[in-house]
Amino acid sequence: MLELLHQVFTDYTLRNVALGSALLGVVGGVLGAFAMLRRQSLLGDVLAHAALPGICLAFILTGSKQPLLLLLGGGLAGWLASLAVLAVLRHTRLPEDSALGVMLSSFFGFGVALLTFIQHSNNANQAGLDQFIFGQAATIVASDVLAFVGLGGVALFTVGLFYKEFKLLSFDPDYAQSLGLPVRGLGTLLTSLTVLAVMVGLQTVGVVLMAAMLIAPAAAARQWTDRLSALIGLAALFGALAGVSGALLSATRDNLPTGPLVILCISAILLVSLFLAPLRGLVWAWLRDRQNRRRIYLERLLLDAHLLHNHAVLTPQTLAQHRRESLSAAERELRMLQAWGWLEASSTGYALTPTGHAKAHELEAAMRVGAKAPGGP
Amino acid sequence: MNADLVIIVTAILVSAASALLGTFLVLRRMALLSDAIAHAVLPGIVLAYWLTGGERASLPALLGASAAGLLTVSLVEWLSRTGKVKNDAAIGIVFPALFSLGVLAVSLYFRNVHLDMDAVLYGEIAYAPFNTHPVGGLEVPESWLVMGSLFLLNLGFVLLFYKELKLATFDAGLAAALGFAPGALHYALMALVSITSVGAFQSVGAILIVAFLIVPPATAFLLTRRLPVMIGLALGVGVVSSLVGYGLAIWLDASIAGMMATVAGLCFALAFLFAPQEGYLSRWLRRKRERLEVAARLLVAHLAHHDRAVPEPEALEEFGWNPRFLQQVKDRAVQQGWLEVVAEGLRPTPAGLAISRGRLVPEG
Repeated sequence: MLELLHQVFTDYTLRNVALGSALLGVVGGVLGAFAMLRRQSLLGDVLAHAALPGICLAFILTGSKQPLLLLLGGGLAGWLASLAVLAVLRHTRLPEDSALGVMLSSFFGFGVALLTFIQHSNNANQAGLDQFIFGQAATIVASDVLAFVGLGGVALFTVGLFYKEFKLLSFDPDYAQSLGLPVRGLGTLLTSLTVLAVMVGLQTVGVVLMAAMLIAPAAAARQWTDRLSALIGLAALFGALAGVSGALLSATRDNLPTGPLVILCISAILLVSLFLAPLRGLVWAWLRDRQNRRRIYLERLLLDAHLLHNHAVLTPQTLAQHRRESLSAAERELRMLQAWGWLEASSTGYALTPTGHAKAHELEAAMRVGAKAPGGP
Repeated sequence: MNADLVIIVTAILVSAASALLGTFLVLRRMALLSDAIAHAVLPGIVLAYWLTGGERASLPALLGASAAGLLTVSLVEWLSRTGKVKNDAAIGIVFPALFSLGVLAVSLYFRNVHLDMDAVLYGEIAYAPFNTHPVGGLEVPESWLVMGSLFLLNLGFVLLFYKELKLATFDAGLAAALGFAPGALHYALMALVSITSVGAFQSVGAILIVAFLIVPPATAFLLTRRLPVMIGLALGVGVVSSLVGYGLAIWLDASIAGMMATVAGLCFALAFLFAPQEGYLSRWLRRKRERLEVAARLLVAHLAHHDRAVPEPEALEEFGWNPRFLQQVKDRAVQQGWLEVVAEGLRPTPAGLAISRGRLVPEG
């Protein structure tokens, strides 16, 4: 591990891979946060899948494998697909998910057809185009990293410039409209910036899995905070972390596609966040739930004991009869209350201690207030 | 047996089996859930190949693989029920994770065996003629057997539960109130989608199944509002894209499944533009015609108030139209026999006077 870290700073390939995938994580995380808030998470999926025919067309038209050129082609096709989805949604009654599914699969199908067409055309130059499907981080060179910096820089700079507007657009588009902001234009701008993020990710994670780089970092960050600025920062951090670790893992062996590894890393981060994030984490929620159940169980038990103590005698037999349970269960419960210091053994059976009385009265008072609250006498 | 025939029939069976289920997926807004299922059966399939020792997977193993599809559905539903993640984001999280596992397993353990990356992406429908199975002394292509039985299974399901499916799709609340268990129907549908995805995987690959499941029914959705017609049209679009796609793929030497998906997408684009009722261009043309119709009636009604012919510039000023629009309106009115153009200007005919005394909207 330490050796790998050392190599990141000294090894040329590894450094480029790490830089490229870190950039992807940052840009994907930031734009994914807005996409998630605007409930357009899966538009990113369509964008990414739709980049494939663009990449292939760019290659067919120019015959060059200049990465920036292919990325531009891919971005353009993705952008067209997203416009097509929006047009279908605006002009037909087709449900949103079907519109997304149609564009995703037709563009991707066209891309697959073009890719195989290129592969079968015996063009000696074609090898390696299919790396865009699942990503191959090892092919990232210094000039690619520079291109990523350019693309990602434009995207992040624009987000910084329009931060206030994007924030308003994400949380309250109606209010934004009433203020006279060009809501539709801003929405298109945000989608176009997502295209830039997809372009950064094409070489690292590829078209099929890019969606997760837009969705998962933001979803993970959401578990830790309720503030937009913190959400964006955390999403960028998580994305970068997953990007670097996935890319480094894939560089340890030949023929290991980078995309799946990056996605598994970000999925792991998301799982940890879902379960362990403070306050919102599922584990804490489960523990809280258990604690509440236990408290309510104990309180009801105490109230039953209190009732029997006041109006009859409190023995295991009476408690078992009152609560319709077995004698052994009642004995166990009485011992439990005794351990809490609410009961003590007496000549006739059990009696409430002063603390037990006080607690029972407190509970009764709370229940009376509760019962009175909804318009009682 | 003729190789073209084997491939074409396989493709038609795939698209027919998918279109039957896809219709309900589109209507029930579960198109992307099926996308997730189609991706997520990959790890199941890999596991099935591994369990059967890298040879062609057996039936129980494939059924196990389709359990992966159901697992996806449950995971997505669990994730969105926790309320921590929105439903669409849950889909976008679960399927890349499962698909990644599958891809990784393929690249680590199954390079160049029966399963490789190309098969995952494009399927190997071109190899369908080489895998045959003897049935009653005849060598029948395996893909016919697999997809044929899946088609019959789906057809039987839709025919048998047509009423229940229709009710649960359009009014889930009523279906539940009448005791039709829409939940059970939902999972049955999901199970069939999983099994169909696994079965079609060998022919068209994991990702392009979605093109067969969603695109033809979505195209049909734009063309009709009746369920039986929609199912019929979806089957038709599926068959047409199979045939045309195969032809194009042979001509261009490209992936057959990819070309079929492309043609299906083109069908959708055509329906979007030219659907008689709701097509983009059809509606635009209709709106334009209606605008002219209203304007022509307005013009005639205005002229009827004058006892002389009205010169064109005066009419232009009155309505604030541009001269080209006036020309179109004039043509329309003349064509309807409401207006005549004389030397002094425009004058309504007796027919024009009659409609201007009546209502501006047509009778009926």
